[in-house]
Amino acid sequence: MNVIQISPHAEAALTCKLDERSLYLRRLVLGAVRSAGRGHVGPALSLVEIIRVLYDDVLRIDPRNPREPGRDRAILSKGHGCLALYALLADRGFFPVSELDGFCGTDSILGGHPEYGMVPGVEASTGALGHGLSIGVGLALAARMRDRLYRTFVLLGDGEINEGSVWEAAMSAAKHGLDNLVALIDYNKLQSYGPTDYVLPLEPLADKWRSFGFAVEELNGHDVGALRNALGKVPITNGKPTAIICHTVKGKGLPAAESNADWHHKNKLTDKELDAIRVAVGDF
Amino acid sequence: MRNTAMNMVHKLATRDERVLYIGSDPGAGTLRAMSKEFPRRHLIEGISEAHIIGMSAGLAMEGFVPYVNTIATFLTRRCYEQVAVDLCLHNLPVRLIANGGGLVYAPLGPTHQAIEDIAIMRALPNMTVVCPADADEAARLMEQTLDWPGPIYVRLAKGGDAIVSRAEHGFQIGRAILMRPPEDVLIVTTGIMLQRALAAADLLAGQSIRAGVLHMHTVKPLDTDALLQSIRGIRLLVTLEEHVPSGGLGSAVAETLIDKLGSGLPAMLRLSLPDRFMHNYGSQDSLLKKHGLAPDAVADAIVRAAEVPATSSPQLHSV
Repeated sequence: MNVIQISPHAEAALTCKLDERSLYLRRLVLGAVRSAGRGHVGPALSLVEIIRVLYDDVLRIDPRNPREPGRDRAILSKGHGCLALYALLADRGFFPVSELDGFCGTDSILGGHPEYGMVPGVEASTGALGHGLSIGVGLALAARMRDRLYRTFVLLGDGEINEGSVWEAAMSAAKHGLDNLVALIDYNKLQSYGPTDYVLPLEPLADKWRSFGFAVEELNGHDVGALRNALGKVPITNGKPTAIICHTVKGKGLPAAESNADWHHKNKLTDKELDAIRVAVGDF
Repeated sequence: MRNTAMNMVHKLATRDERVLYIGSDPGAGTLRAMSKEFPRRHLIEGISEAHIIGMSAGLAMEGFVPYVNTIATFLTRRCYEQVAVDLCLHNLPVRLIANGGGLVYAPLGPTHQAIEDIAIMRALPNMTVVCPADADEAARLMEQTLDWPGPIYVRLAKGGDAIVSRAEHGFQIGRAILMRPPEDVLIVTTGIMLQRALAAADLLAGQSIRAGVLHMHTVKPLDTDALLQSIRGIRLLVTLEEHVPSGGLGSAVAETLIDKLGSGLPAMLRLSLPDRFMHNYGSQDSLLKKHGLAPDAVADAIVRAAEVPATSSPQLHSV
């Protein structure tokens, strides 16, 4: 399936190498898929570096006190990418790594979409698309009204921003000048059915966000250094919310899954697929 | 009733800094006094109900108590998923103050007539559904909304509804008010159908049928104790509502009786709007009359139903 090429960052996302931590996090994700016999593989693998940099380097959070009032807030609005979030939260100590083996189990805390109150560190239940940015606007506006310094980060999928409510939220964020709000768009250019350009074209995406009142940066969403740099200097413009368009590859790090809509959601992994995964990310 | 409810938001805001008013695009000057006194807590957010509900959820997560206000159909149909997921799933204290419940906006047609709002709101776990009967009761209700856990849907009528509620009855969310004790017949009603129920009971008294009236202002959680207590010894149980027959007060009462009694149910008459969009205009009163929900038609329907001998098996009639 062809992937649209609209930015040098998209090119870089396809070719860039992953370091050992990124491979380790993918092993956690794919281990959970193997245990559960199901999971949204492609959407999680495109997100790993974005979530990794957020939780490793950016968010002011304490895994021992996940509800600490001064913490930064992060919402995974594309809830189906939750395996990447679960891997990070487990690795950072919000809950034991062994919980990943129970993914989607009857009594597991880890469902196929993340739930507030079930998973330590999850700020909002998501899964229905187009909700997270509005909730994020509410959190950011509350910080403003209460003179609190926490920041709010919302991770959105590219297919997700088909939803009109996202653009309602964008107008609202700009109206309130919420420079304590950051929208990160996981732009892997492939939604469930196929290319975003076929399903509902998004381009010119950066211009769209700019015209809705956001300060915009584009980068390779698998480039850990670029993510650290961009997220380290938000807000880009005082008085404006920030949108960071992360050019990514759906299924990144697993050649069979890369830019392959068939890996959007995966059921039981075959022995052949498990062998391919071991070759790509290491033994797990 | 609407002005009273709005003014109560201002009053509550004066008392409690958690209170926010969030309107989409309400009438010019809505809560002007509050906007001057508390400009940061009077938010007009545009015709974007889906977003407004999500934003209110975020604000409620941080300890605010948002009162979200727009026309009932837009607050229910337009943003149902946001109400379900952002408010009910998270069980957040957001108050949905719905203007024009039922047929208040009769002349504006079916897009503005909230005829299934009670059903779709009460279907949601954690949601509370309240329909005050008049302005005085709306004020007493609003007092109770400040610290009620979880989301509340308040179905407002319009201004000028006859005042029939009484201060001595007090008001508690979830506690029905027995306006008249039942003897032969009990009419269970909600919202502004209370006025029609009381008038119908007067007409029935003239025909020697003694009808009690139970005002079920809170449709969810339904006051099961009051209902079971009030049906003792009656010949006919009537539900009366400005709502389609599916899923509203009549359904809630029938469900409760089946669950609690199982057998030996009283004969029951459900009076409601028909199961269709109205395609009529006029006024709230003219449409209620057209659909057999004016007091004289209600009384006539009850007389006819009361003539049917009571049996031990359920008898569900619907107009």
